[in-house]
Amino acid sequence: MSAATLTAPARPTNDGEGRIGLRANLRHIGALARRNLLQIKQDPESMFDVLLMPIIFTLLFTYVFGGAISGKGNQEAYVSYLIPGLMAMNGMNIAMAVGTGVNEDFRKGVMDRFRTMPIARSSVLIAKIVVEIGRMVVATVILLIMGFLLGMSIDGSVLHVLGAVLLSLAFGASLMWIFILLGLAMKTPQAVQGLAMIVIMPLQFGSSIFTPTSSMPGWLEGFTKVNPLSNLADASRNLFGGHGAVAQPVLITLAWAVAITVVTAPLAVRKFRSKT
Amino acid sequence: MTRYNDLTKGGGNAVEVRGLVKHYGATKALDGVDLDVREGTILGVLGPNGAGKTTLVRVLATLLRPDAGSARVAGYDVLKQPRQLRRVIGLTGQYASVDEKLSGYENLYMIGRLLDLSRAEARRRAGDLLERFSLTEAAKKPAAQYSGGMRRRLDLAASLTGQPSVLYLDEPTTGLDPRTRNEVWEEVRRMVDEGSTVLLTTQYMEEAEALANELTVIDRGRVVAGGEVNELKAKVGGRTLRIRPADRGELPRMVGALAQAGLDGVGGATIDEAEGVVNVAIISDEQLTAVVGLLGERGFAIAGIDTHLPSLDEVFLAITGQKTSLADADADADADGGADADDRARERAGAAV
Repeated sequence: MSAATLTAPARPTNDGEGRIGLRANLRHIGALARRNLLQIKQDPESMFDVLLMPIIFTLLFTYVFGGAISGKGNQEAYVSYLIPGLMAMNGMNIAMAVGTGVNEDFRKGVMDRFRTMPIARSSVLIAKIVVEIGRMVVATVILLIMGFLLGMSIDGSVLHVLGAVLLSLAFGASLMWIFILLGLAMKTPQAVQGLAMIVIMPLQFGSSIFTPTSSMPGWLEGFTKVNPLSNLADASRNLFGGHGAVAQPVLITLAWAVAITVVTAPLAVRKFRSKT
Repeated sequence: MTRYNDLTKGGGNAVEVRGLVKHYGATKALDGVDLDVREGTILGVLGPNGAGKTTLVRVLATLLRPDAGSARVAGYDVLKQPRQLRRVIGLTGQYASVDEKLSGYENLYMIGRLLDLSRAEARRRAGDLLERFSLTEAAKKPAAQYSGGMRRRLDLAASLTGQPSVLYLDEPTTGLDPRTRNEVWEEVRRMVDEGSTVLLTTQYMEEAEALANELTVIDRGRVVAGGEVNELKAKVGGRTLRIRPADRGELPRMVGALAQAGLDGVGGATIDEAEGVVNVAIISDEQLTAVVGLLGERGFAIAGIDTHLPSLDEVFLAITGQKTSLADADADADADGGADADDRARERAGAAV
């Protein structure tokens, strides 16, 4: 062992109560977000959901269902319908990764380290959410590029498109709290994924993401009306298309996002604090 | 903020635990534990698996709320001032709490930033600690590629980044080979030389003896014995020196010579016929030297000498007159089918087995 000693520069301390100031808090979140980015660099496979899923889903649905829905040779019309819907779906799939990530951290013991350090415990979760939102942005960009390559047409303004993207990010971020809660409650990442799929599948397919809902039976059509994913898909679709109702689906989506956050975020933070 | 060091210089208690209780259903992981650690010393907490050692450490590290009792560490109340406390403690557990996907350097840099060091300071500190723990060559490799010993050293380095005044080491050498174990011991001694107070849990009498100034023996969530290591060793008979004469016929004469000499503090010598050795209870290295010296002077031909430390089981037997719960614990662990995750969850929860 070398002769380096323990003498280190005195560190600036917080106030006597031990509360963590805003600037310190942001610095901690930054250091933890950097950790999450380095994890991605070390484990590039973890980006499959962001890099490949948008490509695979776009190709799959356009060529498998596109002809049936919009008529053979008329896939382009379906692409314009599909892409705003996939944007909504992307958010949900990527949000799921937060849950498995939190679960892994607890199993590995690194969370013990964080929780014995003088940092706000929530900063660990916020750093994760920040990085996941970044991943959602990347997935959205790839999705839009795929859409344009396959002939998607957009009649809405740039601001409309931006609004649609922000709306799906906001909704995706609110979903992350649900998955964090699952990640904290379940024993293994596999269990998190399994339960998440049970919730996700009906929401995704019982919606207007892939097909118009008018051909569905009445009860299912009723379900799609309240399904936040339908509303998000419709809002984005109408913003992209530059016509159709926007205010109502946007409001319903935002109401869902706020409600989900208000209910699950405090539960998740409490569970996070008390988890041993 | 007044640093605790200024308050208690001169031999106060860095850790004071009173009546700590933590139950998991019917299982009493901690059942009224009292203990003190004097500033600048090492307290060894000795006990079998499931005795409550990990639960104790997790309570003192603010990871777990006790059901009853109180604890002050470095002058802070564990329950009422957790945030201040986290500034002055370090924890290294049996399971490495570093991010395995990050390199050794990135782990330490991150910890430095979380402790509010500037970027330059965090870089420098990470470099210093990597050097100190002989990890400079592996600094850029992900921790997942480290050997068990390297990971434990990285873990210790992470715990030292904030210069903690109180350090908890929860079975720091469990699962390490003897060479790495010695390295860890070396580091622990050095931390204390530099002014830290250490609470060390262990299952090994040898480790407790090598490091601790004082010992607390716990079993099933209760303190069953405590005191200076030497007192305790005297109680359990310390080490046993085993001397094998070249000629078995010399055994009685050897015992006679030792009894006659009446060396200070040396317990009675007994003959183990089956092994062909004389057993002498000793407490210190000086006594060992004296015994060997005496036998040499008297011209005995000695074929072999070794010393034997009492095992944890023997310590318990001597102190409590009972077998430890270790045997039951082992049986339970086996029944568990070696499921790592479950073991780990249970150990982390600190539930007594």
